[in-house]
Amino acid sequence: MSATQLPQAQLASGGKLRDPDFSSRVFWLVLAILLLWPLGVATEFRPWVLWEPDNRKVTLDFLASFWPLVYDAEFMHMVARETWRTVAMATAGVTLALVLAVPMCLMATRVLSLSALSGRMNRWPAVMRWFVRATLIVLRSIPELVWALVFVRVVGLGPTAGVLAIALTYGGMLGKVYAEILESGESHATHTLMRNGSGRLQAFVYALLPSHAAELASYTVYRWECAIRSSVVLGFVGAGGLGQQLDNSMKMFNGGEVATLLLVFIALVALADHVSAWLRRALS
Amino acid sequence: MMPTRDAANLPYKLPPPLFDARCRACWFTLALLVLVIASFVSLDLDWTSFASLEAGRSMYRFMAEFFPPDISPKFVSKVVSAAWETLAMSALGTIMAAVLGLALAVPASRMSKQDAAWLRSPTRWLLNALRAIPELVWAALLLISAGLGPMAGTLALALHTSGVLGRLFAEAMENIPTGPGDAGPGDALRTQGVGPLRVFAYATLPQVLPQLMSYTLYRWENNIRAAAVLGVVGAGGLGQMLSFNMGLFLMNKTATILGAMLLMVACVDVLSFALRRWLNR
Repeated sequence: MSATQLPQAQLASGGKLRDPDFSSRVFWLVLAILLLWPLGVATEFRPWVLWEPDNRKVTLDFLASFWPLVYDAEFMHMVARETWRTVAMATAGVTLALVLAVPMCLMATRVLSLSALSGRMNRWPAVMRWFVRATLIVLRSIPELVWALVFVRVVGLGPTAGVLAIALTYGGMLGKVYAEILESGESHATHTLMRNGSGRLQAFVYALLPSHAAELASYTVYRWECAIRSSVVLGFVGAGGLGQQLDNSMKMFNGGEVATLLLVFIALVALADHVSAWLRRALS
Repeated sequence: MMPTRDAANLPYKLPPPLFDARCRACWFTLALLVLVIASFVSLDLDWTSFASLEAGRSMYRFMAEFFPPDISPKFVSKVVSAAWETLAMSALGTIMAAVLGLALAVPASRMSKQDAAWLRSPTRWLLNALRAIPELVWAALLLISAGLGPMAGTLALALHTSGVLGRLFAEAMENIPTGPGDAGPGDALRTQGVGPLRVFAYATLPQVLPQLMSYTLYRWENNIRAAAVLGVVGAGGLGQMLSFNMGLFLMNKTATILGAMLLMVACVDVLSFALRRWLNR
C-alpha cells in the first residue's frame, strides 16, 4: 500500500480520498466488540463504577494524600532497611535456586549421557532425565506467590518463606533453561572428551561449560533482576521487604508513605535493570 | 577475562595468579561473594525452624490436609467459573493494554529523522513507571477505587502490560525495516505531503502489525499466569478463591484450586509451545 499507487491527480487536487478497505474494517471492528462483550461480563468490567461519587471521592482523597511525600529520618531508615532486605531476599533466593538448579540441570542434560554417545540412550538414564525434567517443570509452573503462601503457613511470616519460595520457583526455571542452553550449542568438544575416556563432570567443566558460560551467566543475571521484582510482590503475603511495608501503608491509607515507597521501588527496579543490562553487555 | 600480557621472553609456564588487581572478573566475583554472604547474614533466616523435625512434621501435616481434594460437582463448577474469570481477565487486560500501549508508543517513538518527538522522553518515563510496578501492586492500589473483584485485576493487568507493550511497540516502530536507499513507504508518503496520522495508519502500522501481534500474544500468555495469582490481594479469579479458602483453612478446596491453576498454566504452556512450533515450521 505505498504512495506511488495513489493517483497523483487526486492527491494534487486535494480530492477526497476513499479508504478502499472501509467496509471490511468496520466489519472486523464490530465483530471484535461482539466477541469482547462476554469477557466484559465475566470480569464485571464496569468502568463507570470508578466515576461514581463515593468511589471518586475515595480515589481522589487517596491520590491527594500522595503529596507531600513522607521522608522523615525514621521512615527513610526503615525504607532503606526494607530495600536491602528485598535485594537480599532476591539474592539469597537465587543462590539457593542455583544450589537446586545446577545438579538438576546436570542430571537432565542429554549431551552428558555416556550411553547416548553410541546410539540410543539406555532406558533408565532416559527415564531419570525425563523425571528430573518433569520435576523442574512442576517447580517452575507453581507461581512463587503460591509457594510463599504455603511456606508462610509452615515457617511463619518473615523472609524465610520468601527466600524459599523464590528458591523453588527459580530453581525450576533456571534448571530447565540451563539444560536447554547446554543442549542447544555445539557438543563436539564434549563428546570428544567423553569418547576419549574423560568423566562426565570433567567433560562438563572443560568443554560444555566454557562454551556456554556467557549465556548461562547472562540468563542468571536476568533472573536475579526478575527475582528482585518478585520479592517485592512476595511481601504482600507477609514475606517482609518493601512489599510488606507497601501493603501496610496502603491498608492505613497513608498516601505519602505509599508514594515514597512506590518511588523507591521504581528506582530499585530501574537500578537492577541497568546493572543487569551492564553485566550482560560485559559478559557477551 | 584476564588481560593478556606478553612477556619479551616467556620464562616459565606459570599458572595465572588467582587474584590480580587489574582483573575485572576477579573484582566482580569478589563483589558477588560479598553480596551473597551479606544477604544470607543480614536476613536472619530461620533455618532451625525449617530444617528441624518439627517443621518437617508440620509440613507433612499441611500437605496431608490437601487430600482428598474437594471434587464435588458444585465446587468444581465454581472453580471452573473462576478459571473462566481468570482467562477473561487476562484476555481483556491484554487487549486494553495493547490499545493503550499503542496509544503511548506513538508519542514515545521517533517516526522520522525530521520528527522532533518532544514527547519522547516523558512518555518513555511514563511507560517505564507503568512497567516497573508489578501487576499485583497495581491491583492492590486499584482495589481502593475499583473495589474487590475482577475489575481491579483486569485494570491492573492492563496498566502493567501497557507499560511493557508500549515500550516494545515503540521500539518496533523505530526500527521499521526500510527499503533500499533508507526510505520506506512512510517516507514516500511523507514526501508527498501526507499528514502524520495517515502516514501512521497507512504505512507505519501495516508494516509493524505482525510484530505487534506476536508481542501481544506472548504477553497474553504471561498474563494468564499472572492473572491466576493476582486474586491473592482480592482482585478476582482463581487467586481470590485460593486465598479465601486458604484463609479459612479449607485445605481440600485449596487443593482443587491449586490443581486447576496448575492445569491452566500447563495448558497455556502446551498450547503456546504447539503454536510456536506451528508458526516456525
